[in-house]
Amino acid sequence: MVVVGVPRALLYYVYFPFWRRFFSELGVEVVLSAPTSEDFFIAGAKAVVDEVCAPVKIAMGHILSLAPHVDYVLVPRFVSVEPRTYICPKLMGLPDMIRHNGLKMPPLLAPDIDLSRGYLGLGQVLTETSRVLGKGWWECGRAFYRALPEVSKTRRQLMTGLTPEEAFHGTLRLHQPGRRLRIALLGHPYSIYDPLLSMNIIERLRSLDVDVVTAEMLPDEHIALGLARLQKKLFWTLSKMVLGAGLYFLHHDSEVEGIIVMSSFGCGLESLVGDMLERFARRQEFPMLHLTVDEHSAEAGLVTRLEAFVETVRGRTSHAHHLSPYGNAELGNASAP
Amino acid sequence: MRITFPHMGTLSLAMQALLENLGLEVVMPPPITSRTLSLGAKYSPECVCLPFKVNIGNYIEAMELGADTVVMAGGIGPCRLGYYAELQREILFDLGFNAKMIVLEPPQGGVTELWGKISSLTRGHNILSVARVFYFAWRLAKSLDNVEKTLHYVRALEKTRGLCDIIWSDAQSTIGRARTLRELWAAETRIKERLATLPLRTGGAPLRVGLVGEIYMLLEPKVNLGLAERLGYLGVEVHRSMFVSDWVTHHLVPDPRAKILARKVKRAAKPYLRGHVGGHGLETIGHSVLYAEEGMDGIIQVLPLTCMPEIVAQSILPTVSQKYEVPILTLVMDEHAGETGLQTRLEAFVDMMRSRKKQGGSVLKYGN
Repeated sequence: MVVVGVPRALLYYVYFPFWRRFFSELGVEVVLSAPTSEDFFIAGAKAVVDEVCAPVKIAMGHILSLAPHVDYVLVPRFVSVEPRTYICPKLMGLPDMIRHNGLKMPPLLAPDIDLSRGYLGLGQVLTETSRVLGKGWWECGRAFYRALPEVSKTRRQLMTGLTPEEAFHGTLRLHQPGRRLRIALLGHPYSIYDPLLSMNIIERLRSLDVDVVTAEMLPDEHIALGLARLQKKLFWTLSKMVLGAGLYFLHHDSEVEGIIVMSSFGCGLESLVGDMLERFARRQEFPMLHLTVDEHSAEAGLVTRLEAFVETVRGRTSHAHHLSPYGNAELGNASAP
Repeated sequence: MRITFPHMGTLSLAMQALLENLGLEVVMPPPITSRTLSLGAKYSPECVCLPFKVNIGNYIEAMELGADTVVMAGGIGPCRLGYYAELQREILFDLGFNAKMIVLEPPQGGVTELWGKISSLTRGHNILSVARVFYFAWRLAKSLDNVEKTLHYVRALEKTRGLCDIIWSDAQSTIGRARTLRELWAAETRIKERLATLPLRTGGAPLRVGLVGEIYMLLEPKVNLGLAERLGYLGVEVHRSMFVSDWVTHHLVPDPRAKILARKVKRAAKPYLRGHVGGHGLETIGHSVLYAEEGMDGIIQVLPLTCMPEIVAQSILPTVSQKYEVPILTLVMDEHAGETGLQTRLEAFVDMMRSRKKQGGSVLKYGN
């Protein structure tokens, strides 16, 4: 039986249930890599050029850890999952970056996921999987068709307030009763849900008596409402989630009291979108914290900043918003934190 | 309406000619200095790529001279350039400049939208005279590019060091200041004559290096710290993969020769990179392969820090280097780039290429 390894990184946090169902329909065994640890990070960073962002380095570590145990490692070439919108140049080149970096790498299962010109682009997924796994084209098509509902099912599960790990693996979390502080945590799924990179930020916030809302927990309509405030349509799916949700919380939602944006150092998309959201939040006098993480992040610093931010937000809610969220900082000198 | 635009190599001269011929008042942003870079770095997001920061510096310095409208290029992804203007507008707004931005890009809301933007610049001209003005600007860019291309070859061979750069600055002022085809032709002929009579060394073919990478870093000598000149003075013939007029031709002029070349580059990149990754990532790979096949002594890739498409290309170039046994140097630059560090690296790279060439390319293979 063929064994396919799925790295617990990048868009695993969005599409894992789909792939799990897809491979089980095909009778292919799936091996999932262990949760991110320091070793993965170190091994991954050695295997790629220095300039790539932390999530790709982590993904590389996962791929290397899977290599001895599986026949193929699944690294889809995510180009686009909706028309005229892209994921990110690095993910568009990831399989080629792995194949051609001059080191020995495990064989990859790398279908192109490209819906930028419509659904016909999916044919390549079937051709590629049937070629690599030695299954029939129609068999792959049937498995694909049967697995497709998992995408929307995952979306619905996340909307109930679960994190992807909780939703995918069936761990239940007890909801705390009563009105708690709600803070939005925005960022790419592979940054905010990765236990090592985000330093368990969600758990930390929950232990500070905060209800965490992420962009994945919002219905699509709310995100579209936020995006409607932009002058030019965004062409990155992941940034649409971040900026759309951010603008929705700023303008249409009274329950969320503060926004935390978590981006990884060197992320091209977040460098533009995070700054834009920061500017919009300042104009509204809305508390926002922009955290940038990479492989050198120190936990103590993060905890201090989180506690201070939660204190500020809590103080503002009990003092009827008389507390300024940004001190006396001039709007123009916004770039320095 | 006092119009300004960001610098990008000789494109700013072509833009100036275009807008002035349309009868508009143009504020040329002051040349890029360290003040431009530090202004840009201060008011831009920390992790954004260098061209964005330089643009912001250009805008601020031009606004200080009284500009109130910015003409800027855009795009539809996935490179960040496509969303530059949106954030730049917000930054200028927060800084208190009441600037209007005209973004020229493929339309999202039908062709009428683009035409609306262009016609806000071309009021009072009929379509024929607009076409004539565009053609002139393109010709001007092309003729400057031809001079620059020649200089890239002869700088390594000139007998008196520095003559080339005098001709180049004269070319920029005379050709750049031409406003009619007749003036352009006269200036072009004079520069060509001077280039033809330049005293050159004979004997011994110089080293040949291909320059690839991100377009802004390739085209703007003030930002890439004069990479092409430095290489020239080290005795290297420079082949650059991109010029302003090529870029314009590729996007605006339906030229079959450009189409054929683009397809050739894409086909060369195919075994290494399956599809486009935005920006010029695919072109970087394709040109590197073509340069390697032409037998260049080395290839230099230049990119701004955090440039997404070029990072993909950078990760793939080791395979090209191994396969063709050609040395590849990657230069990552941001606003902190130091001249001495660059000079040292270039000298080391050139020395290595020279000894490889002397010993028949059998030594100093990639890595181990």
